[in-house]
Amino acid sequence: MSESVAKAKTAELAFRTSDLSKVYGEGPAAVHALRGVNLEIPAGELVVLLGPSGSGKSTLLNILGGIDRASSGRAFFQGDELTAMTDRQLTAYRRRHVGFVFQFYNLMPSLTALENVDLVAEIATDPMPTMDALDLVGLKPRATHFPSELSGGEQQRVAIARAIAKNPTVLFCDEPTGALDSKTGVGVLKALQEVNTRLGTTTLIITHAAATAAMADRVIHFADGQIREVIENDHKVSPDEISW
Amino acid sequence: MFAFASILDRKLLRDLWRIKGQAAAIVFVIAAGISLFVMSHGMMISLDETMRAYYERYRFADMYAPAKRAPDYIIEELSALAGVNDVEGRISGGGLVTLPDESAPISARVLSFDPEAVSPINGVHLSEGRMISPTRNDEILLLKSFADAHELKPGDSLSVTMNGVRHKFTIAGLALSPEFIYALPPGEFVVDNGRFAALWLNEDAMEAAYDLDGAFNEAVLTFSPYANEDFLITELDRILAPYGATGAYSRADQISNKFLVEELAQLKTMGRVMPPIFVAVSIFLLNIVVTRLVQTEREQIGLIKAFGYSNRDVAVHYLKFVLAIALGGALVGWGGGVWLGRMIGEIYRLYFHFPFLVFIADFSTLGIALAISALSAAAGAFFAVRSAVVLTPAVAMRPPAPPKFASGNGVLKAVSRLLDQPSRMILRRLSREPARALLTAFGIGAAMGLSVMMRFNVNATDYMLDVSFNVIDRSDVFVSFVEPLSDKTILELESIDGVTLVEPVRSTPVMFKHDRIEYLGSITGLPEDAALNRAVDSDLQDVDITGNGVVLSEQLAEILNIAPGDTLTVEVREGRRPTLDIPVTGIVEALIGTPAYMDMDALNRQLKEPNRVSGAYLKIDPRMRQAVYNEIKAIPKVAGVSLRREAYENFQKMIDEGPGVFRYIMTVFSIVIAAGVVYNSARIAYIERERDLASLRVLGFTKIETGYVLLGELGTLAIIALPIGSALGYLIWSYMATAMSTDLYQIPVIYKEDGLGYAAIIVLLATAFAGAFIQRDVSKIDMASALKTRD
Ligand SMILES: Nc1ncnc2c1ncn2[C@@H]1O[C@H](COP(=O)(O)OP(=O)(O)OP(=O)(O)O)[C@@H](O)[C@H]1O
Ligand SMILES: [Mg+2]
Repeated sequence: MSESVAKAKTAELAFRTSDLSKVYGEGPAAVHALRGVNLEIPAGELVVLLGPSGSGKSTLLNILGGIDRASSGRAFFQGDELTAMTDRQLTAYRRRHVGFVFQFYNLMPSLTALENVDLVAEIATDPMPTMDALDLVGLKPRATHFPSELSGGEQQRVAIARAIAKNPTVLFCDEPTGALDSKTGVGVLKALQEVNTRLGTTTLIITHAAATAAMADRVIHFADGQIREVIENDHKVSPDEISW
Repeated sequence: MFAFASILDRKLLRDLWRIKGQAAAIVFVIAAGISLFVMSHGMMISLDETMRAYYERYRFADMYAPAKRAPDYIIEELSALAGVNDVEGRISGGGLVTLPDESAPISARVLSFDPEAVSPINGVHLSEGRMISPTRNDEILLLKSFADAHELKPGDSLSVTMNGVRHKFTIAGLALSPEFIYALPPGEFVVDNGRFAALWLNEDAMEAAYDLDGAFNEAVLTFSPYANEDFLITELDRILAPYGATGAYSRADQISNKFLVEELAQLKTMGRVMPPIFVAVSIFLLNIVVTRLVQTEREQIGLIKAFGYSNRDVAVHYLKFVLAIALGGALVGWGGGVWLGRMIGEIYRLYFHFPFLVFIADFSTLGIALAISALSAAAGAFFAVRSAVVLTPAVAMRPPAPPKFASGNGVLKAVSRLLDQPSRMILRRLSREPARALLTAFGIGAAMGLSVMMRFNVNATDYMLDVSFNVIDRSDVFVSFVEPLSDKTILELESIDGVTLVEPVRSTPVMFKHDRIEYLGSITGLPEDAALNRAVDSDLQDVDITGNGVVLSEQLAEILNIAPGDTLTVEVREGRRPTLDIPVTGIVEALIGTPAYMDMDALNRQLKEPNRVSGAYLKIDPRMRQAVYNEIKAIPKVAGVSLRREAYENFQKMIDEGPGVFRYIMTVFSIVIAAGVVYNSARIAYIERERDLASLRVLGFTKIETGYVLLGELGTLAIIALPIGSALGYLIWSYMATAMSTDLYQIPVIYKEDGLGYAAIIVLLATAFAGAFIQRDVSKIDMASALKTRD
């Protein structure tokens, strides 16, 4: 069943960019983080972004996630132009559609696991029961623990629960396993795949572990602020079979 | 080593620049305390130095010996007294000036002056026009402040009634004199430049006007430094007794000097009491701010040490950081203090008439200011820096460990269940480190305490003014006589059309003596059922003065060390100058001065001068004001007319624009301090939580929602600070009022709730203001970069 949902959605595009560029700084010191990125990401896919450090992956993710702005070019989400939105519109976009998972978890230290999830659910239009979100990442038993009482992997799974609790349309993960060991990382990736297949959430994952590509629908290779190669993966594997 | 130091120094400069807003706020907090110190200290030494120089240059008399009529040859006998440097006999008389633009008569002091004297005692500073001619009896020098108030110029003429005869004079020049630095009309306690005139005539003219051919009625003396004042007073009184001496008095009792010295004493007290309070509060704040600032740098400190810098390097680095801010505060404070001092100096010159008043921008105060702020900053930073230095470098290397939180106890849990997540974050942060939250609230409270104190101070002055003019003295006009007159004068006043009520008063200058303590003052005799001028205690209740005894104010009783039932010796300083023994029948707490009250008839009986009055309080029909003034002018022996409403307005003006301007400066400073503290607390909270805030923004919280997490905390702390500030305000004010009260001037320690409300509004406004700045920071958070790093 999930299979068919996913297939049905490929018809629409979640994101499309044209000539997207980002320049930091000016003059001779200018850094071209993105140099004309043209990209299409179908809805419902799990996409993995690979590329050397400094190649512009995070920059692209941040622009698509509405927390940074492009210097030129255009980016669309479901036909709406992100690059033309005001601050207020971008906030509303993040609030309604976007879930984020970062390398350093970014949990609120003063809130428990469940409350961290509630934090997002409270401002969402159509959230899932927050306990279900925690359950999805296997952390229901640790719901009342504060971040300081959780391991890194557990914290990252809380971050995922927090990101998905609002039933986001898209999920952005910037090196979600970067601070974790391989085994814990696999747990996190499983949680992400679970979300993608069960909820059909378009998911973008940046990673340095090339092996992760095996679980993706689509793999985008990045270098020097540009897309080098896009590979559609017909033989998706379960994260259990991945290690790095 | 040097290269390293220079890199650290570069970090220092960058860090200073990064927190420039905060650093500026701290600079202003320190500067407020310092400039208050520099201003009041500088003002004090400036006034003191100016007074000294002025007195010396114009040979201001050390002693005055008034008499009725003393022959000129007696001067020689006086100058032979041990310790006397120089003696001059002069003629001093009262007069009334009539001006077309002023309906009420104006009191004048008329003095003889030898225009050819080289360096006379009580010389004058000629500021405009020329000296009077020794041969022309119709020329005068006129007190400059009076001339300016009425726009009189040399060459203009002036009508003066002296000894009942009206004279017309030509103004030769305008003059200032050390005798009239503070030009107070008789019976008033606030200067009114337009209502007091002093004029100088040549001796011939004066002798003619006051019938004192070949005689003088006041000896003025200068001393050698070794003179014995008490001895001289006794001797002068003895020698001049046959000539109607009314009692010699020293410079300390000369009215202008007395007020000037009193003002200096007040400045001295204020300079002693106020700046330390302000500086103490700023040190406290600096301590809090630096502690938290260093805390936000903990990991950087660990890193620096991990690279191999020594503890000393790190300590020196942060001390430099603090000292840079402190020295900035000292310099700004010193500059501001000098600037304010100059401004205040100009204001003082409106009330204290000096030919020159240089604000002495004393560099010793700069040294003191630098020392105070450097020491206090170092002290404030000491613990913070020490705790930073003892950190192990590992702290920086450790993986990100989120600060520990707990749900708290039952109450906290119950409350937090009712809250949304952002409010829970606020509550948990406050309850996680209650000591720190309380410290911040205390800092805000301390700043508020200053505002409370300043408001209480304003209230107290208003209260005094209100009591003086609406409770104690409810008359419209006070008429004083040149000497005690028969009470027929009262009938005469009553018969004037437009006068609705007349109340006599008999007051007499005396020397109080008890237990070998002497105190120059006066006894006020009031009629039974006094209504226009009453004796009231500090509870505003009528004082019972019936009977033959005297009722003393508590302050006077304390000075004289006397209790009810004791007998007070009173040397009367007028008329026959009897020495009386009067029983003390009561002691009351008075609000103003050191009064002594008696029943008027009882006083007259004791003086053996029945039915005498020295002045009268009048209530008049406002529509007939002009006619009443004209009638009063016609009554001989009127020494002065004081208009209560004008006096009231003058007092108010002095408070608003005169030396009372200090109050406003301090009020502004307390506001600056409050704003500085709140802003700093908010900024530090912001820095500590920048990443959390960025995360909230990423999660889709709006700028306002995100700001709420921070500003809610700030607002809560501000509200917690309100009761703390109120309590501190009470404490500081009680201390202040007691410390600033003098014999002449009791500051009533009253507390009015509006002072608290006022200070609370200041704190809340400061919070709103700081909050607006922080909200701006929140709005500008760069989400992408804030999330990139761990911190
Ligand atoms: N705020 C900034 N100012 C200047 N340059 C920046 C800024 N942020 C990123 N860059 C530069 O932009 C380029 C792309 O950065 P980006 O963070 O997108 O790389 P990345 O592919 O995510 O690298 P990594 O795998 O190391 O995270 C880099 O060269 C980086 O130095
Ligand atoms: Mg990156």
